[in-house]
Amino acid sequence: MTSKTELESVVIRLAGDSGDGMQLMGSQFVATTAKLGNDFATFPDYPAEIRAPVGTTFGVSAYQVNLGSVSITTAGDEPHVLVAFNPAALKVNLAIIAKGATILLNSDAFSSRNLTKAGYTEDPRTSGELDGYNVVEADIGRLTLEAVKELGLSKSDGGRCKNLWALGLLLWMFDRDIKMVSEWVSNKFAKKEVIRDANLAALQAGHIYGEASEISAYVTPIAVKAATFPPGEYRSIMGAEALALGLAAAAEKADRKMMFCGYPITPASALLHRLSQLGELGVGTFQAEDEIAAVCSAIGAAFGGAIGVTASSGPGIALKAEAIGLAVNTELPLIIVNAQRGGPSTGLPTKTEQSDLYQAVYGRNGDTPIPVVATRSPGDCFYVAIEAVRIALRHMTPVIILTDGYLQNAAEPWEIPDVDAIEPIATNDAPARDEDVERQQQAFTRNPDTGGRPWISPGTLDLMHRVGGIEKDIVTGHISYDGENHSAMSDLRANKVKSVADFIPLQELEMGETKGRLLVIGWGSTYGPIYQAVKAVRETGADVSYVHLTYIQPFCKNLGDIINGFDQVMVPEMNMGQLNTLLKDRFSIDPISVTQVTGQPFRISNLKKKITAALKAMQPGEAA
Amino acid sequence: MNAPLTHKDFTTSQEVRWCPGCGDYAILRVVTKTLAEIGATRENTAFVSGIGCSSRFPYYVESYGFHTIHGRAPAVATGLKLTNPELDVWVVTGDGDGLSIGGNHLLHALRRNVDLNILLFNNEIYGLTKGQYSPTSRVGTRSPSSPGGSTDMPLVPGQFAIGAGSKFYARAIDTDKVGLGEVLKASHAHKGASMIEIYQNCIVYNDNVFGGFTDKENVKDSQIKLVHGEPMVFGAEQNKGLAFDIKTMAITVVDANKHADEILVHDETNKVIAQLLIGMPRPQFPVALGVIFHQPADPFDKTYYNNHVSGMKRTGNIKDVLRKTTTWKVD
Repeated sequence: MTSKTELESVVIRLAGDSGDGMQLMGSQFVATTAKLGNDFATFPDYPAEIRAPVGTTFGVSAYQVNLGSVSITTAGDEPHVLVAFNPAALKVNLAIIAKGATILLNSDAFSSRNLTKAGYTEDPRTSGELDGYNVVEADIGRLTLEAVKELGLSKSDGGRCKNLWALGLLLWMFDRDIKMVSEWVSNKFAKKEVIRDANLAALQAGHIYGEASEISAYVTPIAVKAATFPPGEYRSIMGAEALALGLAAAAEKADRKMMFCGYPITPASALLHRLSQLGELGVGTFQAEDEIAAVCSAIGAAFGGAIGVTASSGPGIALKAEAIGLAVNTELPLIIVNAQRGGPSTGLPTKTEQSDLYQAVYGRNGDTPIPVVATRSPGDCFYVAIEAVRIALRHMTPVIILTDGYLQNAAEPWEIPDVDAIEPIATNDAPARDEDVERQQQAFTRNPDTGGRPWISPGTLDLMHRVGGIEKDIVTGHISYDGENHSAMSDLRANKVKSVADFIPLQELEMGETKGRLLVIGWGSTYGPIYQAVKAVRETGADVSYVHLTYIQPFCKNLGDIINGFDQVMVPEMNMGQLNTLLKDRFSIDPISVTQVTGQPFRISNLKKKITAALKAMQPGEAA
Repeated sequence: MNAPLTHKDFTTSQEVRWCPGCGDYAILRVVTKTLAEIGATRENTAFVSGIGCSSRFPYYVESYGFHTIHGRAPAVATGLKLTNPELDVWVVTGDGDGLSIGGNHLLHALRRNVDLNILLFNNEIYGLTKGQYSPTSRVGTRSPSSPGGSTDMPLVPGQFAIGAGSKFYARAIDTDKVGLGEVLKASHAHKGASMIEIYQNCIVYNDNVFGGFTDKENVKDSQIKLVHGEPMVFGAEQNKGLAFDIKTMAITVVDANKHADEILVHDETNKVIAQLLIGMPRPQFPVALGVIFHQPADPFDKTYYNNHVSGMKRTGNIKDVLRKTTTWKVD
């Protein structure tokens, strides 16, 4: 029996051509991880091209997973293990892995042609570039073909099994058996026997290779113990999946149908795919002809009494802007999900960013405020979706959910919520007919506390009325071009959004005290790295606290009070400083803006440095 | 049982604000009258419109109404109809709204065959924005945006509709109460997207643009009312007929008395002839009115519900769905 190294946490990065099956290999590795009780976080990092030219650096697809026996909130800063399927994958990833990391190379792919394609003038294996790393080579391609040769597959079909061979080896390296993956393969290819058997043979061969070959002289299996989770029932969940389930849960809690209307766009489409699987929950999905039709049909559905939902990414949200204004003016509930990606224009479709905050808060014609909420982790998407629907139905308003490309695809272990404990969602149901007022006026008689009007859908007896984009009289609901009335209606729309703050919880601190020197304020998917960075800095005894926002418009009522308790505020975000602007505007403060727009999540180590530097720069007792 | 509704029951308290003499008044009157005649209920009827003069229509019909944004009425109506297929959903649009800014949505509503009655008020001009030429304006139309006369080729709405896959296309004239009423009823009876093009006179910016076939003295020789199963004859003396010349693959006008056996009998399911009838140039040919094309097919809202795993009903619950994956317990 080989000896084992035990680690608290380890970051693994799998990289290869976009056709090499890295995402599948990664997600199957994670499935075994979940089963063994490790905490984990994943980061699929793939190119925009479906099949970029083979062997090129821009065609490299990667899957990163951080697993541990300790609490894991990010996909990890620096991978400890890199599996590189070709020279391009090595070239792209070498700069980001930890010094001394173990690199498993598919040496078959290190031909002079592939080296040239990746931009190497010299073979990195012999040039000294990899000194200081623990390099392990295996002819993965050849060994895979060897393993499947008896099944009579073509060379190209056989070669496709190499990700399973590598997965077999990886499982050996992490002291796991292949049982779970074998079961998955058997199910997946139940009807394609040859493919099934080939994949199983490759998987097994890779695993045995670890044990039997000389590789064990260089690599010791790494064991990561199960993490300590609070008692409960768990599953693995991805952001898009959690968002879909949360929306469907909200429909159940409101006892309404849900109609999701979308148009394909990366990385938002995952939500359309997920919701298409949830028909049994009274969820309908409609793939519209364009982004505008998607939001408009969702508005039509809302008029019809269903919870209308649309989703897109920045460019699509831009197209929907006019219709979102229509939903504001007609006082209909609507959920708009923005899975943010790098901009401007087409920008970086597959890379993550938080640069649509201005668009969410300000991006419409006229004074057209709407509530904005943001998701922080894959599992959090479930709860934020429910909260967004609750706000939309209570106040009869569109609500924007900001999520991003990272969260859409990232996975984590998640405690399955107690659905019974989630409060039912109240709706502004149609009132009884009041013969003393016009029907039109009844449809626009609002709840004074929430600004929400009755949700009266076609089909309701004797409450016929008209809605539209033209300004209407604040009392009668009929068209009005009167200036004073428009002013009153503008106040009404603004106050409606403000009133959301009366119903949402108070802002909580993630960490630290309510008063002190430095307050870090984050929002969205930066939760993981900010949390770890603040935690690490606090462990050195530093005076830093942390607040992470779910509610961005409006802010929680007490956010100003929290901010006032600190000498300085720091706002890390993956854009050029958008939340920073909002906070400046709202609270007349001048925070330290920490920005990053590289398409990659923040690194904990970078944030630690920023926080430490900020504290150092502050004189004791200095006021903001 | 309640007394049957009349057109007055479908009239709102709102003062109608179209220009005096606008063709829209006549259409509104025929529509409300038709709603009463077909036994529509106010609560199960919805009018959805875009932007433009015609799109003010919902404000004047006592039913549910949605005055949406420019060009998007078919998309809003699709969402509404999918959510509640029991509703009678009418879309009111114009040549600018439906064929220019909203051309894409109209195309897809027709191709999907969503059960909508789409009324396209065609006045060949932008009225609400004060008289610019539209996608159906004839070449040479002088307008504030085309002082030298427009040069782009006009779109033929019927050809657009059939090209998009519409299963129902009819034509009527705003002031022809009988003809308009008939096609409205036929459109309502058709399950699926039905498009009715209504020649509507804009008295301010494009007055009498249809005079060539709507002026009293021209009516009989320049209009042909198509009736399924009836021969295609027209003219003051019913002495002209439409025939198909196989050599040129075109419609021709023949003497109805001499060539009675050559005259086409209207078959509304015949797509090829429908396209020829729609494209007949004026003034050499009469303008074809009535139900020109009608080919029944399952509407989208029906196929959608049939294909949906639970017909949009909640048959499962979130508790179970959350567990449809590998789960594990931590004690």
